[in-house]
Amino acid sequence: MTMEEARGAVGDYSVGWHDPEHSTIRFDSGLSEEVVRKISEIKNEPAWMTEIRVKAYHHFTKRDMPGFGDRAALEGIKFDEVCYYLRSSDATEKDWDDVPDDIRNTFDRLGIPEAEQKWLSGVTAQYESEAVYHSIREDLEAQGVLFLDMDSGLKQYPDIVKKYFCSVIPYQDNKFSALNTAVWSGGSFIYVPKGVKVEMPVQAYFRINAKNMGQFERTLIIADEGSSIHYVEGCTAPTYSTDSLHSAVVELVALDGAHIRYSTIQNWSANVYNLVTKRGIAHRDASIEWIDGNIGSKLTMKYPSVILKGEGAHAEVISIAYAGKGQHQDAGAKVHHLASNTTSKILSKSISKDGGRGSYRGMVTVASKAENCKLNVVCDALILDDQSQTDTYPTMEVANASARCEHEASVSKVSDDQVFYLMSRGHSEEEALAMIVNGFFEPFTRELPMEYAVELNKLMALEMEGSIG
Amino acid sequence: MTDETPVLSLKDLHVGIDGNNILHGINLNIAPGEIHAIMGRNGSGKTTAAATIMGHPDYEINSGAILLNGEDLLELEAWERARKGVFLSFQYPQSVPGLQVGHFLRKSVASIRGDEAAKGPAFRDALKSAMEEVSIPRSFLSRYVNDGFSGGEKKRFEILQLMLLKPRLAILDETDSGLDIDGIRVVSRGINAAIRGSESGALIITHYSRILEHVKPDYVHVLIKGKIVKSGGPELALELEEKGYEWLQ
Repeated sequence: MTMEEARGAVGDYSVGWHDPEHSTIRFDSGLSEEVVRKISEIKNEPAWMTEIRVKAYHHFTKRDMPGFGDRAALEGIKFDEVCYYLRSSDATEKDWDDVPDDIRNTFDRLGIPEAEQKWLSGVTAQYESEAVYHSIREDLEAQGVLFLDMDSGLKQYPDIVKKYFCSVIPYQDNKFSALNTAVWSGGSFIYVPKGVKVEMPVQAYFRINAKNMGQFERTLIIADEGSSIHYVEGCTAPTYSTDSLHSAVVELVALDGAHIRYSTIQNWSANVYNLVTKRGIAHRDASIEWIDGNIGSKLTMKYPSVILKGEGAHAEVISIAYAGKGQHQDAGAKVHHLASNTTSKILSKSISKDGGRGSYRGMVTVASKAENCKLNVVCDALILDDQSQTDTYPTMEVANASARCEHEASVSKVSDDQVFYLMSRGHSEEEALAMIVNGFFEPFTRELPMEYAVELNKLMALEMEGSIG
Repeated sequence: MTDETPVLSLKDLHVGIDGNNILHGINLNIAPGEIHAIMGRNGSGKTTAAATIMGHPDYEINSGAILLNGEDLLELEAWERARKGVFLSFQYPQSVPGLQVGHFLRKSVASIRGDEAAKGPAFRDALKSAMEEVSIPRSFLSRYVNDGFSGGEKKRFEILQLMLLKPRLAILDETDSGLDIDGIRVVSRGINAAIRGSESGALIITHYSRILEHVKPDYVHVLIKGKIVKSGGPELALELEEKGYEWLQ
């Protein structure tokens, strides 16, 4: 790729560098039952896991692509060219000094060890298919909090994993959940014991470095009765002219009275397909919040979901999407009210610019036996120029008349007068746009830990640079 | 004062928008410390003059010059003019949802007056006293810029910005419109505090003489159909109040 092509592809993507590929095991591209069995064998997994992987693989081969979203882009995925497993380091280290130098450098440049020292309870860092670093604060460990990479979780706590794996998202859910179940590697496993409240967030950082890489992490978080945890996820990749595939599955279980908040800022490069299934089950009086930021990727299809299974449970999904040049963000939320007195709130905000397309796709259902549910859906779109596009696909299926439903949607454009007003206060046109954009995202940003909010604002300011023709 | 370089100098300014000529040769000099008023009916070109001096890109300057302290502004964008010291209090200030007033004020002060002015106790004290001057409560700082503000709140917020940004030239476009008598008094107090006794100049654009009772202009100019047809002292404002604009046409 020439510099010019690179610039065209990257824009101001500041984390698009790549390091030389570093592998101790790299599978040939392409997928078969043999590949699936080999992944399981390398990992020395119990037979039940091998079995479920193989079943999922066969389901994947037969399953159609989703019937919605960006069909044309989906058809462009070349499953045969993807590398399904790449191990870059043979161990998951507890000390950054033991992580291979070039990988450690990558995470240094991304600021992960620094953030860990300052404001995190624990960190897992995944590079390609495997976690390369993992650590949790001792006091949390002493309270019985389990925070491991998923492979270690399966080895050390097979009973818990067996009980919950695929319990929230069966492999048959969709083509990509089947794919993930077949070839999953890495991801986080978290168990928070009864009554334990983890004050500072734990973070997982996912980095794809190699070309044509497929990353299929699998995350399972179980918050036992009355406990709480905030999990933060970040992801980036280098910019290549060929595509990579990121297809994760995240399952959350919030038992009675538990609270899980899951925050994501995905900033994949514009050559990554980001097709992720995220769902949580909230039991009685539990609450699950997805704070979901989508800045990067070529195509994202992601609809964080909550099943409100127990009475009094609460769901909140706050998401933003930024669709720039060549990007389609098809994002939204799903909430199913299965029990009485459950409440939900969905706030979705999207920005489209330079021909990008932001779509909101949402579904809220209320079961017939669920009394007195309250649901609130707000989706706002902001369009920055005439080439860009936004569309909205909201669905509400309410089978119980006692439900109180509110739905608001708006589409707006940045006006010249607004920009002129800010410019008259000494701000360049780019700064003015960044102020408007960051203001638009503010209801999302204020939900993030401060360090993340600052980063996100800087990122958006960077996106506005060079945008004035 | 006449041998000093004027704060603002308009020289035979001809301006149009979408091919229609609006201003037909405006000449005006504002010396340091002077307050001038431009009065005229709707459609006379008052707002065009204000927006043109600030650098609104929609207005085309067909000929003439705009000088700030002797420096030509024509090639500069609005934000560059703001950093040179031009300030416009808008007739219709724009809202920016999600942008907090406190954050916005600090950023604007930093970009116009430099980082030092936007830091520490110096900024906090200046902010506190300016807010008291225009009767804006502290809770205002966490609201979003002009979002859901009443007409009066918007105008007071414009004057608060004027006081903090300390421009060389303040243009006040219909600052009195939509204000009750208390609002006019508060806003006038802010304008006087910002301009009187300073090296700055001000240009007040208005329909009515009401605000001029509280902010005494040194000169009054009457704008009709894009031309200044008469200039005089503060007594001209009173004359207009009495007789209207008919007799000047």
